[in-house]
Amino acid sequence: MAKILGAIGTSHVPAIGVAVDRGIEDTPYWKDLFAAYVPVREWINENKPDIAVLFYNDHGLEMFLDKKPTFSIGCADEYCNADEGWGIKPIPPLTGETDLSWHIVNHLIENDFDPTVCQDIKVDHGATVPMSVLYPGHTYKGTKVIPIAINCERHPMPKPSRSYAFGKAIGDAIRSWDSDQTVVVLGTGGLSHQLDGERAGYLNTEFDQMCMDKLVTDPESLTHYTNDELTEIAGAQGVELAMWLAMRGACSGPVDELVNVLIAPISNTAAGVQLLVPKD
Amino acid sequence: MIEPIIEGTYKFDGVAAKLGYNLNKMCFSFNEESCREEFRQDEAAYCDKFKLNPAQKEAILKRDIIALLRNGGSIYYLAKFAGTLGLNVQDVGGIMTGQTTEEFQAYLDSQGVGKTNG
Repeated sequence: MAKILGAIGTSHVPAIGVAVDRGIEDTPYWKDLFAAYVPVREWINENKPDIAVLFYNDHGLEMFLDKKPTFSIGCADEYCNADEGWGIKPIPPLTGETDLSWHIVNHLIENDFDPTVCQDIKVDHGATVPMSVLYPGHTYKGTKVIPIAINCERHPMPKPSRSYAFGKAIGDAIRSWDSDQTVVVLGTGGLSHQLDGERAGYLNTEFDQMCMDKLVTDPESLTHYTNDELTEIAGAQGVELAMWLAMRGACSGPVDELVNVLIAPISNTAAGVQLLVPKD
Repeated sequence: MIEPIIEGTYKFDGVAAKLGYNLNKMCFSFNEESCREEFRQDEAAYCDKFKLNPAQKEAILKRDIIALLRNGGSIYYLAKFAGTLGLNVQDVGGIMTGQTTEEFQAYLDSQGVGKTNG
């Protein structure tokens, strides 16, 4: 059966992709953040997961309000990126893994989750920035990707408990897939931030650090928040904790924490970097 | 008009999504360079093409981001409007909070953690 080797939590703010493009990772603003990725990249190089199951949210590249899925799963051979309107450079296409995608879809629907199935979607910075930062120089050619999107834009959006359970069901699906391939689960976005309103710029790094710690020891304690509570505590876009909860749901059971770093501000956000591996 | 749910925070829900649909659809079009260019050529005509209401159109022409939020704008698409104007998210943060970009950046920095050289 397929095996989940580990889980990585990472920010996906566009500015990180721009910093990579411009080669300014060593400047004072950026160097601590990029230093946090060094052991994560080493772990990837040592373990070489075949597939990255990547939780992200689309910010209006593919999924406009006309048809906006609550949960959606990529089932395509390839995922392209495109102009998002404000100048981040598109990255080379990501390669899909349709057998596992369909296995996850079948498993989810049998287990009472009903995602939108996407055979042709573009992926935005929510997916491309993590791949750029984890695979410098776009060296992800040998790694297949399954992008899984959670609506974090328009309320109502999935309750944190639901995103966690969704991740759990996906983890069960991966572990029941008849294959010897290995998987890393990526939870992207967050952590605290608020882009809009007179309260823009609000961060809550104390809460973020607590969340990262609880993701290791007691993730279920984070599932009791409502999205309105997360908005108040972690800012309007703090609801992106959903993807980290889905990641931890997929990589369930006791884990060892190999990396836990929180850096702020990165653009308008607090940026977390976390690497968790299942205890044997 | 969308009222804040907590101070300075507008919830983008069904009510806002209904009110702001045309505005957001226009800003969604800014994914395409040809649309950004068409907007720059004649901003008012481009607003009319997407049937913005008078309050939305006025807010676009005045770059009044708070008024756009109050008229159903979603920050995901307003970010593309900002990009069309050559503004980044710190510039937009400054506009919404009545600060310069540098003052807004300093507010972010005042909440900083984890940087040894930042």
